[in-house]
Amino acid sequence: MRARQPIEDHALIGDCRSAALLTRDGEVDWLCWPRFDSAPVLGSLLDPSAGGWRLAPVGRTHTSWRYLPGTNVVETTHRVPGAGSLRVSDCLTVASEGEKRRELLPEHELLRIATCEAGEVEVETSIDLRPDLGRAPGRWRDAGALGLRFESGSGLFALRSDRPLAPGAGGARGRFRLRAGETARFSLVYAGDGPAVLSPLGAAADAALLRTERFWRGWSARARYAGPFREAVVRSALALKLLAYAPSGAIIAAPTTSLPERPGGDLNWDYRYCWLRDASFTARALYGLGYQDEAESFVSWLIHTTRLTRPRLRILYDVFGRDPPPERDRPELGGYGGARPVRIGNAARDQLQLDVYGEVVDAACQFVSAGGGLDPDTARMLIGFGRYVCEAWRRPDEGIWEPRGGRTQNTYSKVLCWAALDRLLHMDLRGHLPRAPRDQFCATREAIRAHVEARGWSPALSSYTARLGGGGLDAALLLLPWYGYCPAGAPRMRATWRRISRELSAGGALLYRYPESIDAGEGAFGICSFWGAEYLALGGGTLEEAELRLERLLGHASELGLFAEEVDPGTFAGLGNFPQAFTHVGLVNAALSLENRRERRPQLRHQRAVPHARARPGGAPEARL
Amino acid sequence: MSAGGWAVWGFVATALFTGLMAGSQGLGLTRMNVPFMLGTLFTPERSRAKVIGAAVHLANGWALALFYAAALRLWGGATWWRGALLGLGHAAFVLTVVMPLLPGVHPRMASEQHGPEAGRLLEPPGFLALHYGWQTPLWVVLGHLAYGLVLGHFLPGP
Repeated sequence: MRARQPIEDHALIGDCRSAALLTRDGEVDWLCWPRFDSAPVLGSLLDPSAGGWRLAPVGRTHTSWRYLPGTNVVETTHRVPGAGSLRVSDCLTVASEGEKRRELLPEHELLRIATCEAGEVEVETSIDLRPDLGRAPGRWRDAGALGLRFESGSGLFALRSDRPLAPGAGGARGRFRLRAGETARFSLVYAGDGPAVLSPLGAAADAALLRTERFWRGWSARARYAGPFREAVVRSALALKLLAYAPSGAIIAAPTTSLPERPGGDLNWDYRYCWLRDASFTARALYGLGYQDEAESFVSWLIHTTRLTRPRLRILYDVFGRDPPPERDRPELGGYGGARPVRIGNAARDQLQLDVYGEVVDAACQFVSAGGGLDPDTARMLIGFGRYVCEAWRRPDEGIWEPRGGRTQNTYSKVLCWAALDRLLHMDLRGHLPRAPRDQFCATREAIRAHVEARGWSPALSSYTARLGGGGLDAALLLLPWYGYCPAGAPRMRATWRRISRELSAGGALLYRYPESIDAGEGAFGICSFWGAEYLALGGGTLEEAELRLERLLGHASELGLFAEEVDPGTFAGLGNFPQAFTHVGLVNAALSLENRRERRPQLRHQRAVPHARARPGGAPEARL
Repeated sequence: MSAGGWAVWGFVATALFTGLMAGSQGLGLTRMNVPFMLGTLFTPERSRAKVIGAAVHLANGWALALFYAAALRLWGGATWWRGALLGLGHAAFVLTVVMPLLPGVHPRMASEQHGPEAGRLLEPPGFLALHYGWQTPLWVVLGHLAYGLVLGHFLPGP
């Protein structure tokens, strides 16, 4: 079954608590309110019967669209041959905390403003709300001047417009004509609390749109990156910000569920949760771009959310640090492009991924390097992670890619255990971890390194291998220099890069994540491809090689600059949930490393001066800088 | 009731309540740290916040013991079950009214409507304080129950 819209042909709008996807032809086909992981209200992305909101001219149109520069406001222009032209602006409205103190605003608002720019255009709109993808009952009611109201168990949805709308069994519909200069405004608000706050229309709606544009322009102007890829980097920062849940600081992996990693296949997962494996990359991207508040908020979430399970870390949490719901299928839904089943919840929550210790501790180390302080509880918790790593690093685990085929001895997981201990020693050296068992951490760190060098390197392949004592490649091994395990120019690393870039190449600058994914029909993995560019920028290649690779990868972005999790190497279509924080974080980090290289600035500052040490008997580590 | 009795049993009840909450947090059953929540009303510095919050919590516990004593006296004298019922009512009030309202008065706590601006804020507790872990309401109820039981049992009876 063919999907109605390609994955990459969507725009993301949001308010940092919830998000919606919009298609080029004017349909909002995905919206979860009040939170990213709430049951969808509009879900035609996954099944035509699961609700959507279309606003577009009648008949055939030529359409172009863009994000207004520096914002998360989408502007779509529909040109109707022989009739005229219609511009539609779409956003979830936002406001600063100061503005919210001065003005009573709705909890959530999806604002759509259509203006006829030339000629006369007949416009049609139809909205079908289907809370919980059609499972939660509800019906439209006409409340006169208060608009149309739709009550369901989760709250009230109020739709207001300055054009007539008629509620019906299948939803609300309207058809009207706009002449040049005329505007129609539509506001859909959600209220969990009663009484609902209804947004006024007219000039107030225009002001809400301007306020939203102003907020995003101000936010994006703060991005501290002046390199040649600024537009792509800022768009990635804006996308990442839309995936941040402001009340807690969490960042979700993607706003969608069940967009397939294999066309029509069953690799469909719910990504509306927070993966700890993203921690260190996300912290680096935010700190690197100068978004100190977002970075600190994220690391604070990271540290506090893991308190319930410490010293064990789960691999994913919801935005408040709780377990995500158990995975369940929704067999009644057709799925995106026939890719079934649609899944809500994620069963990967029960896996063991030892690499997350390295990623979380590395993020905490970045926080400390940026001037943050650790209170005694947090210091104890981090030390507890270190002790757990010392005890558990030899265990098999599922590894970073979350295969569902069982546990194995993953080289990347061992290296990340090394990184966890290395960063803990780094923080200890700077006085942030009083009473850390240095000797134990040092000795274990060196034991891990010896183990990886002996069993994670294959002379036959001339490469580090995916599994200890076995074969296989893994693009995550490109991160060994990123975590300070070895220099990018080290002979073993260069040889590994040669092997990976040859055998995991998906053409051009695209890389698969591991060989099995090629056989499984998956696409090239977005962040792995950016890791390739970053590896070169970190010293694995020349500046020109790194720049060329990054430039080629940016050519795979959607028209609006967004990336899914994967790219189909044949058609270059997006695969997997969309847009994907992991991929955008990879883009930002590659650009930052490239810029550091160009400007001869130090790379990955928090990893500098890490002592590659042996424990002195009874004493502090002996630094070999 | 003597002032000494109120002071002693108010302190014991508060200490027991605090111990239960701290123990449940230490065991990873809830992320709710009452002294920290109270202390950050006054300072963003984590370590000092916990000390200030512990002092405020103790003072709160004592003050509320006076209220319990008065209520029990009006009710016909303290008994363990009346104390326990007061504790349950108190817990229900805290979970359903105080917790959802807290972001509105706490200067360093985000509300559910916070954003897109970022900042290092305490996450909101949510209804029944469930955002701090699904077992949180259970421990809040147990803590208040213990508090009410101690006061009901040891304050002057009918």
